[in-house]
Amino acid sequence: MAMAYTPGLKRKASTVVAKIRKLPIKGKVLVKEGERISYDTEVASTNLPGKVNVLNLALILELESTSGEFEEERKSLGLSKYLLKNVGDTCEAGEVIALRKTFFGLYQRECKVSVTGSIEYVSDVTGQCMIREPAIPLALDAYIPGTVTKVIPDEGVEIETQAALIQGIFGIGEETHGELMMVNDSEKDALTEDLLTEECAGKIVVGGSIVDGPTLKKAVELGVKGIIVGGIKDADLTSFLGYSIGVAITGEERMGLTLILTEGFGKMSMAVKTFNFLKEFEGKLACINGATQIRAGVIRPEIIIPIDESSRDGREDEELHLEGLTSGLPVRIIGPPYFGAIGHVIDLPVDLQTVETESKVRVLEVELEDGCRVTVPRANVELIEE
Amino acid sequence: MNIDPSKINVILATDCGSTTSKARFFKKIDGEFRYVTSGEAPTTVEAPYEDVTLGVRNAVREIEELTGHKLLSPEGIITPSRGEKEGVDLYVTTSSAGGGLQMQVAGIIRTMTAESAERAALGAGAIVMDVLAIDDGREPWEKIERMRFLRPDMILLAGGIDGGSVSHIVELAEFIRAASPQHRLGAGFEVPLVFAGNKYARSHVEKLLDEDYALQVVDNIRPTLELENPEPARNAVHELFMEHVMSHAPGYTNLMKWTPVPIMPTPAGEGAMFRTFAQAQNANLLGVGLGGATTNVYSYYDSKFVRSVSANLGMSYSICNVMKEASLENILRWIPFKIDDADVCDRLRNKMIRPTTIPHTLEQLLIEHAVAREALRLGLEHHKLIARPLLGARRDQSIEERLGGQIRTASYIDIKRIEWIGGTGGLLSHAPRRVQSMLSLIDGFGVEGITKLFQDSVFMIPHLGVLSTVHLEAAIQIFEKDCLVRLGTCVAFSGKLTEKDYGKEIARITIKMPDGEVLEKQIEYGTIQRIELEEGKTAEIEGNVASPFRLATAEGSGRRFTAKVEGGVVGILIDARGRPIDLPKDDEARRNKLREWFGGLDAYPAEALEDK
Repeated sequence: MAMAYTPGLKRKASTVVAKIRKLPIKGKVLVKEGERISYDTEVASTNLPGKVNVLNLALILELESTSGEFEEERKSLGLSKYLLKNVGDTCEAGEVIALRKTFFGLYQRECKVSVTGSIEYVSDVTGQCMIREPAIPLALDAYIPGTVTKVIPDEGVEIETQAALIQGIFGIGEETHGELMMVNDSEKDALTEDLLTEECAGKIVVGGSIVDGPTLKKAVELGVKGIIVGGIKDADLTSFLGYSIGVAITGEERMGLTLILTEGFGKMSMAVKTFNFLKEFEGKLACINGATQIRAGVIRPEIIIPIDESSRDGREDEELHLEGLTSGLPVRIIGPPYFGAIGHVIDLPVDLQTVETESKVRVLEVELEDGCRVTVPRANVELIEE
Repeated sequence: MNIDPSKINVILATDCGSTTSKARFFKKIDGEFRYVTSGEAPTTVEAPYEDVTLGVRNAVREIEELTGHKLLSPEGIITPSRGEKEGVDLYVTTSSAGGGLQMQVAGIIRTMTAESAERAALGAGAIVMDVLAIDDGREPWEKIERMRFLRPDMILLAGGIDGGSVSHIVELAEFIRAASPQHRLGAGFEVPLVFAGNKYARSHVEKLLDEDYALQVVDNIRPTLELENPEPARNAVHELFMEHVMSHAPGYTNLMKWTPVPIMPTPAGEGAMFRTFAQAQNANLLGVGLGGATTNVYSYYDSKFVRSVSANLGMSYSICNVMKEASLENILRWIPFKIDDADVCDRLRNKMIRPTTIPHTLEQLLIEHAVAREALRLGLEHHKLIARPLLGARRDQSIEERLGGQIRTASYIDIKRIEWIGGTGGLLSHAPRRVQSMLSLIDGFGVEGITKLFQDSVFMIPHLGVLSTVHLEAAIQIFEKDCLVRLGTCVAFSGKLTEKDYGKEIARITIKMPDGEVLEKQIEYGTIQRIELEEGKTAEIEGNVASPFRLATAEGSGRRFTAKVEGGVVGILIDARGRPIDLPKDDEARRNKLREWFGGLDAYPAEALEDK
């Protein structure tokens, strides 16, 4: 049977995490292949082009267009004779770059630039002059510690590290780092304001089932770097962000912390294994990123916990489950009425079955952690890749 | 491509959607092409698989398992067929995986050449990320910044009638040059750019852009103000889509080798089939593809075909954007049971982050149908902004237009003159009861007058669209026999009263059924009722409707009417709920009204409508 299921989120105790760190435009790579680097090592840098300011010289200098109704006959505006600077020259804010004198010099029109930059382009057809502001330097850090395995000339590097890896389901906020700190005793408990203390500053705080808006605000005030928790109510996230997310493309938020949900929206106990797994790594450095993109290049938020090569437990990374679901695989139910429940597949009937909606769908039978057996559409489970 | 239709007996078609790859298997049976079965599997264009052919193989493997017909070989799809149980004679596919074709369009005037460019890009199956125009209200630096931020698959630059403005086109080309937008796939890939503007500006545009872009110059999209000529631009977009976009997407180089027919963007396939059907019926039609990420609306109206895409209105990835744009309140108004607002928000968010899930409970199904109504409503509103007369064209004006200049910018689509409405997409095709999709379309589009409705049986309209480009006969046969589910006819009165008038008699109608039975009906305000009439049967309806109501028929809109109505799997719906449909303000009264409507139509099991 083909794989009518959702590829799952990863939860691996030890795996090789590879990250490609690429500049948005070409630049300079600052590290070499084979080099051992830290998460904050600058691996590449470039200069992003500055903002373009457009001045219409023809308008400012009051130059008449020579065109008639049919502009194919348009002639050059002859701008060059009024320019005081050439294309490629730099200019200072307030500097006159073009001047036109008429009536024997009695009347003059000048063009001053309002920004410092360089003259990139002057058009004799439209009269437009483009001033490019100075380039913005961009330094790209490694994000994860490890070894540079590949240098992509002028663009970036590939870095590999041995690490524990957990993917969340949804997140907000950019890449950050910090020590993992457990604040809830159980995966079922809520992460509340009173549990956050000054000790949490600079840490990646791990909670249980839910976090609310006021707790997130307090975390920002305390300088918490990141929060990992089972769920959040939509209303709390909206109030924290100050707007409602329309399409799940996140990662650019600058809220002062990165938030990663492991289960979803609403109160959702964190999967026991995930909670215990994070507990196991308490006090270790975690590199986290809330960036989520559900469509067109799926990106899930991630928690990367670098580990020593020597601590690798010998387990080989599992192959992708290209052959689909099979009996015995651990799954998470991802739709009501058993949302969030975890179990393992016990049967995969071939024939379509009618569910409560009266739809005929492919189903599977799952034995939940509490021993109950439920039948759910195959589309409503995801594999847990351990 | 040389395909001899007489040698084709077995056809496989796939659609690589953003979520699911859908395979459909067709065979010539007793001299006629018929649909045999389907296979579906998650699309694998994204990491960790990054090879679209894996998902296609999985979907096709399901067909192999269901039919015992061997279709796959290590090289791909087995062609041509060998005997009764191996291979196919033709394999075709559409694709919207990886976000489909995303385009930036530009023209001089927003409502003239830029709008023509937008229509051409949409007609080619693209998602339009941004429309750049000289008069778009943005400062030059804002235009440049926006372009720099976007990473389009392609740019379409139009502007100026032949012999018109050159300088403004050059200005646009200068903006593009300054922005230097990067290809979505990263540095090192040339962004394809189609120039379809004033032919006298070509040399200037080539000088500015030829070096950095894969530039293709085609005939002007708007050679005169009165004429829109989108075909050359559309063809160039398709050609560049294959050459510069598809060929770089993961696995597509292989997929392209499997099929002799160019891969078509899914919406282009969908549109081709809706258009073919409308032309065959010679009727005004509205079609909709309600997908997970986008809502595509197609209109064929007075022989003019237009497509719009609402890129962020959809039933899974974009479901929260429907909530954001339509408002939660507008979604909740369609839910017949008490439910906590916050719970609905969380459910929709969970659908957004796990877009491949399907409703398992009736509660979830009703919530999704509520969202669908709003996505359809917004999708049609968006479509009307595209489907409007060519601005700037000299043409005869009606008295109304002469009296009010603003009417010139309004859409030419009058819902009362739409004779057919068709729907496709997962939610509509998979609705457990057909009346659910019929009602969603009626409520979402605010159908008025006498309208026939149909839906796609198992989502194969895009497949048939691409098939129609090489084997029209097969596409039409399968469409009529196996794809087209005739839902029935909606008879909806225009006009409205107030809540306190619910139950008041507003019309008397007589329906002559095909078996000779005559039904006399008194129609009360605020009701919708269903009269069973089988597919293929026709009844005659006549009657009077009281002021302020009217009924639009082929003969015009009035209070006395006679018309023929066609049956379907649902039958005839007599809709006297008023237009636009308003629900009672009081929450309990609203829920009761919905229960009355849904219950009366047998749209959902009774227990689904009760408060939990």
